[in-house]
Amino acid sequence: MSNEENKKVQLKVYRTNYNKDDSSHYDKFEVPVKRWTTVLDALLHVKSYSDSSVGIRYSCRMASCGSCGMKINGKPSLACYTKISELKDDVIVCEPLPNFPRIRDLVSDFSQFFSHHKNMKPFIQNDKVSVDIDDKSDLVEFEQTHEDVDKYLQFSYCIRCGLCYSACPTVATDPKFPGPQALSQAYRYEADGRDNSKKTRFNIIDERHGIWRCHFAGSCSVVCPKGVDPALGIQLLKGHMLGLSKNNKKISTLRTKNNE
Amino acid sequence: MASLRLRESQITKIHYLTGILSLFAVAIHILFRLIMPFGQSLSYENVVANYHNIFYVILLESILVLISIHGFNGLRIILIELKQSPKWESTITILVLISMIGVIAYGTRTIVIASGL
Repeated sequence: MSNEENKKVQLKVYRTNYNKDDSSHYDKFEVPVKRWTTVLDALLHVKSYSDSSVGIRYSCRMASCGSCGMKINGKPSLACYTKISELKDDVIVCEPLPNFPRIRDLVSDFSQFFSHHKNMKPFIQNDKVSVDIDDKSDLVEFEQTHEDVDKYLQFSYCIRCGLCYSACPTVATDPKFPGPQALSQAYRYEADGRDNSKKTRFNIIDERHGIWRCHFAGSCSVVCPKGVDPALGIQLLKGHMLGLSKNNKKISTLRTKNNE
Repeated sequence: MASLRLRESQITKIHYLTGILSLFAVAIHILFRLIMPFGQSLSYENVVANYHNIFYVILLESILVLISIHGFNGLRIILIELKQSPKWESTITILVLISMIGVIAYGTRTIVIASGL
């Protein structure tokens, strides 16, 4: 027990400020760790007791917000979800996420990533339903079975942390490629029975730098902290677009208050 | 011109199809080498005889067309991933198309001359 209490690891943190053209280097910090100490806890310890200028982005501390993504010991991970004891190493190297423009230290710029996500129109679109409703009696709801929901449920767990995007070898060479996150979201809405804008979304991804540039490395699915399998979504979407796999999508029926 | 432009999904279908078909065509081509001792199958008389067999000529032409389409499209995919600009992409597509047509034309010429058609 006493050994565990005195245990310390070395934290190597990537430091630079791109706005000031600082040369990049690693700062080393000794951090006391317990069995449950996460990399984020260690970084916050550094900010509190060693160097308050270390730049990190974080929020929920429970793998829900997806803010604290970084490369930890060479693998894109969430700092709040990675326990130091599980890394089984006395030196923990923290670097910013690859494939993202860098801002400062461990903070990267997500603008391009979110723009790819936004391009996929990640919301339910159904031209049979009016969005301008004044009278409450005109409200409608979609009927879905559990099987219908199972088709897209895992893809809706995405927290947009960007780990899959940073692990993707195609994104590394082709920034116009939407990336696994955006493409899996395209599949998520394509498989959703409430959505009927398949053609619009297919036109967006059926481009020179679109879905066909995925070479199925599968690294996106390996790094996802929420258990989403973006590579599966992309392959299913490819199959649907080629007409190789049958998409038994049944547009959900509408139920109004009047015909309950 | 815009209406002639194929969508990437259509190009991918062609890419997959030519890949699979060329596998079969090349397999038949290799089997032709194995129905007799390998050295004998490549002897001058045998090669000329092959070229005068219309079915073999069709097979050779198919291999030429299938592999050219598949290979040059593969090259286009690799090259358009290297750099991202509409000018580069259009240049690469046009160059690859011209090269593909050139290779098919030159190969067809060789097949036609050798077969004495």
